[in-house]
Amino acid sequence: MIFELFVSFFKVGLFSVGGGYAAIPLIQSQIVDIHHLLSMEEFADLITIAEMTPGPISINSATFVGTRVAGLPGAIICTLGCILPAFIICLTLAHLYYKYRNFKGIQTILSSLRPAVVALITSAGLSILTLALFQAEKSAIVLSNFRIIEFLLFISGIIALRKFKANPILVIFGSGIIGTLAYMIF
Amino acid sequence: MENTSKKDSKVLWQLFKSTFSLSAFTFGGGFVIVSLMKKKFVEELQWLDESEMLDITAIAQSSPGPIPINASVILGYRMHGILGSLISVIGTTLPPLIIISIISMFYQQFRDNTIVAIALQVMRAGVAAVIFDVVLNLAKNIVKTRNVMYIAMMFITFLMTYVFGISAITVILICAGIGVINLIIDLRKDGNRI
Repeated sequence: MIFELFVSFFKVGLFSVGGGYAAIPLIQSQIVDIHHLLSMEEFADLITIAEMTPGPISINSATFVGTRVAGLPGAIICTLGCILPAFIICLTLAHLYYKYRNFKGIQTILSSLRPAVVALITSAGLSILTLALFQAEKSAIVLSNFRIIEFLLFISGIIALRKFKANPILVIFGSGIIGTLAYMIF
Repeated sequence: MENTSKKDSKVLWQLFKSTFSLSAFTFGGGFVIVSLMKKKFVEELQWLDESEMLDITAIAQSSPGPIPINASVILGYRMHGILGSLISVIGTTLPPLIIISIISMFYQQFRDNTIVAIALQVMRAGVAAVIFDVVLNLAKNIVKTRNVMYIAMMFITFLMTYVFGISAITVILICAGIGVINLIIDLRKDGNRI
């Protein structure tokens, strides 16, 4: 049973290219459809919790399913299965990157990737900002839902980071505490 | 000899400490941790330069598996070989492992708690601020290259991902293709045949 779980999450880790949300259908097919470890409702709960907590969705799911099936050892084994493919593949790629990255040809190719990476990070940042300011995806924005508290937190966060070189973790945590207090007061 | 091993363990400890604390605060997907890593390892510790961090991000995004894990493997390898990789992967994995293990015991209460819901919602504003701070610096440096093609690529790929919803991996593959074409043009210019 435990070994089966390990193999399931190994597959999830191996075939989920492109981060977080790409892994959801894979996890669903392994956990709900093939092995019947969670019902569809439990799976939906799992995704909600995975989004609410830090960490990649696939690791959160591995820990959650593992804990339910076999306690802490289950959690550890499922998580290991999930990160093992990434570990092996990225170690190989890292080795190749540091061996060849100073070649002129490789530099030319890498330089064309960098603007795209900046764009990808910007796009991810904007999606999170829309969620913060309107509590909705960008396709479902309703202007009257604009949240002034989150907007003020965002602006003060930017000022704290850029003007005062504040610690980013402090900014995230601080906006959590100040924002929650603000909502409780108003 | 003893000095070097002391230095080694100092690097490994810093690596563990950093990946652990970054992982504990990465609400909202892989690019959040990449932004935090850039601030920590490029700006604060100055272990890497900025272009290296962008390369690591591109590799992490294009390989299978969660982006934070992928980025930690490469970063750890850069700092201290396979041992470094292991240490930073453990650092990145432990926070979600611990948090979810605890939450899975009473997840109903956690899910239905309004204060938890509010805190998580407002924290997104802070996360967005951190990403924008990083993005502003990165974009500034791309503009500073004064390379019209790179600047145009940054805007076009942004439209592709944000407006048209084209997947990150497709965008990276297209840009890699453009890079290969560039390389061929460069080689021809140098008078070399391939």
